[in-house]
Amino acid sequence: MPQNEYIERWSKLHGKRLDHEERTRKRIARMAHNSSKSAQKLHGLRAKLHAQARYKQKIQMKKQIKSHEEKSVKTSDPGPSSEPLPPYLLDRNEPKSAKALSSAIKQKRAEKAAKFSVPLPKVRGITEEEMFKVIKTGKKTAKKSWKRMITKPTFVGPDFTRRPVKYERFIRPMGLRYKKANVTHPELGVTVQLPILSVKKNPQSPMYTQLGVLTKGTIIEVNVSELGMVTTGGKVVWGRWAQITNNCENDGCVNAVLLV
Amino acid sequence: MATLLPPKSKRIKLAEQKKTAEQAEFDLIPTELPDILIQFRASDTGEDSNAPIKVSGAITAKQLEELLNNLLGTTDDPLPYTFSVAKDSTQNLSNVIDVPDDIYTSVLKPGYKTTEDILTVIYTPQAIFRVRPVSRCSSSIAGHEQAILAVCFSPRDSKRMVTGGGDNTARIWDCETETPVKTLKGHSGWVLCVSYSPCGRYIATGSYDKTVRLWDAKSGDAIGDAMKGHSAFVTGLAWEPYHLRDGEESLRFVSSSKDCTVRVWDGRLRRVEMAMSGHGASVTCVRWGGNGFIYSGSQDKLIKVWDGKDGKLLHTLKSHSHWVNHIALSTDHVLRTGFYDHTGKSPETYEEKKALAKQRYEKAATIGGQIIERLVSASDDFTMYLWEPSKDTKPVKRLLGHQKLVNHVTFSPDGRLIASASFDNHVKLWDARTGEFLASLRGHVGAVYQCAFSPDSRLLVSSSRDTTLKVWDARKRKLAVDLPGHKDEVFAVDWSPDGMRVGSGGKDKAVRLWKH
Repeated sequence: MPQNEYIERWSKLHGKRLDHEERTRKRIARMAHNSSKSAQKLHGLRAKLHAQARYKQKIQMKKQIKSHEEKSVKTSDPGPSSEPLPPYLLDRNEPKSAKALSSAIKQKRAEKAAKFSVPLPKVRGITEEEMFKVIKTGKKTAKKSWKRMITKPTFVGPDFTRRPVKYERFIRPMGLRYKKANVTHPELGVTVQLPILSVKKNPQSPMYTQLGVLTKGTIIEVNVSELGMVTTGGKVVWGRWAQITNNCENDGCVNAVLLV
Repeated sequence: MATLLPPKSKRIKLAEQKKTAEQAEFDLIPTELPDILIQFRASDTGEDSNAPIKVSGAITAKQLEELLNNLLGTTDDPLPYTFSVAKDSTQNLSNVIDVPDDIYTSVLKPGYKTTEDILTVIYTPQAIFRVRPVSRCSSSIAGHEQAILAVCFSPRDSKRMVTGGGDNTARIWDCETETPVKTLKGHSGWVLCVSYSPCGRYIATGSYDKTVRLWDAKSGDAIGDAMKGHSAFVTGLAWEPYHLRDGEESLRFVSSSKDCTVRVWDGRLRRVEMAMSGHGASVTCVRWGGNGFIYSGSQDKLIKVWDGKDGKLLHTLKSHSHWVNHIALSTDHVLRTGFYDHTGKSPETYEEKKALAKQRYEKAATIGGQIIERLVSASDDFTMYLWEPSKDTKPVKRLLGHQKLVNHVTFSPDGRLIASASFDNHVKLWDARTGEFLASLRGHVGAVYQCAFSPDSRLLVSSSRDTTLKVWDARKRKLAVDLPGHKDEVFAVDWSPDGMRVGSGGKDKAVRLWKH
């Protein structure tokens, strides 16, 4: 390992090579080609490491682009272009996201359009073999093989206690229980993490609904009280339905889209 | 196994509850109370009635009212009164105990006084008319193409109302037929504030386009062109009180603006009479007091008191530690309505009108024989201050309790209550004489923007971000009626001076009228 900044020192003493600028320019120009070539050739662990590094790099790049875009957008000064406000609200910067959310929902509801259509109309069928694992511990249990463990993520209510071992037919593993979902508003693209209230409908089977299995396409009820939505009657909207959009068992999180 | 009785029905449960409550009340006042001596004292003049009277110790407020009407010789048309008992012998009105039901429970039982003392009972006449709580939306009138930002009823009665909107127009509405009368076009920016003159003949509007305009209230015609002067948008308007006018045709009013100035306009000559600069930030609210003072509250944390005649700065009221959002006067209601009172008749000549307006003002501002105009200011520092600017530049009391900024305050027309609307979803009631906290009115689930008292001071309506209006009972301190109906935030609300209607407008672009 170099112990000092000897290259800098050398260039300070002697100056740069005459073709330094051109060499660096060419090196930079070649870099994309080189990295592409190596990316195509890499195998195994190296390929993995490369992909990971590249992935992180891309995230950084996108973030930077986004921040530049945000900088160039003009904000502040609620001019005549924005929506009218009374004088007592003119100098205030109120958080608007939740409000925008709620008014968009209200508008949508007023239109009464597509009330029963869901974003994911069809889902892949899941067999019982995939859903359940047969428990084979203990002599009698193994013999009769009546006990099942659910291999998919589940939602279990807060006041649930497991039944005695003798009676518990379905085991819902602790590690696969979820309390919260990342819920996206489809039009505004706002994503908020909200507590799950209940599982309304699992398209696979009514039994899975009862067991609270969370698979792709399941309709869940989420607690939207912190968004501050209000009905026309002046009541706070508490629960709203959402549909799960990802394969939770593969991703380790529950992503859902709000039904409006 | 014993048979289980079915659970009691709701009706039976309620009946039982009522019965036990009645019994508890019945048991409250002991039967063998000794007689007590009381002496009546008028709250406005501070005069005592001639001699102490011996009455039963269990006397109720209703009986006191009957007795007082007898003494004053007004049995044919009895006046309603509220009573309070003085804690000590001084004339100090802040040191009193209110008697809502009877003397025993409010005075004798807590031990403020014993049956041996002579009780000084202070009486205050209440409004002799009664406003019924509004309970339904009589109409929702479309017209504005953008959100409605300001609402104001005419001072005469509830027939006419004017609204200012984000579509750069103000509109006059006929509230009896519930139809639009006239669209006041002219502004090139949002109409942020509208105000009827106390004579009811003119309307002033202030706008985001930095101008102020005057309109004829009856025909809706513009009186001249825009009046320019401000260099930023206009935030508030206030007319000169009727009894201070120096002629029937005098048209003076004051406007506050974001450009840190307060300008007094002469509507006849169509020019700025005085421009008072002294504030260091946007002026949020302006009031023209009945004693000729102009009060302005600003985002530089100060309230300044100016002389309405020559524009001199008289006082600076410092105490707030953040923006002053709103200020209200104890005489706001009479100054706004001028010579129009609840009888619906107005005098013929200018002199009579002026005299009546003056008399009404003096009656409203008199406490203990002195004319004291009180001011309350609401601020971003979550507190309010109660001031008596004619006496002192120090506040009378700091009103603490809100947990977020206070957006709007208002005095009740009889000057006995203060209501404050805050972004912490609560409306709070305060005693206007002492500044004591009375009650918190909970019910809104969003920031409360504005509130308005009914002209008899018994009811209060508040508008909120949660899209509802709520009517509160000021005496019971409870929700009277919930008025859902707006589809979005309600920015402005006003109760008509005759108490018949409530007008509201907000982000859903519809003007709504509410009636009993």
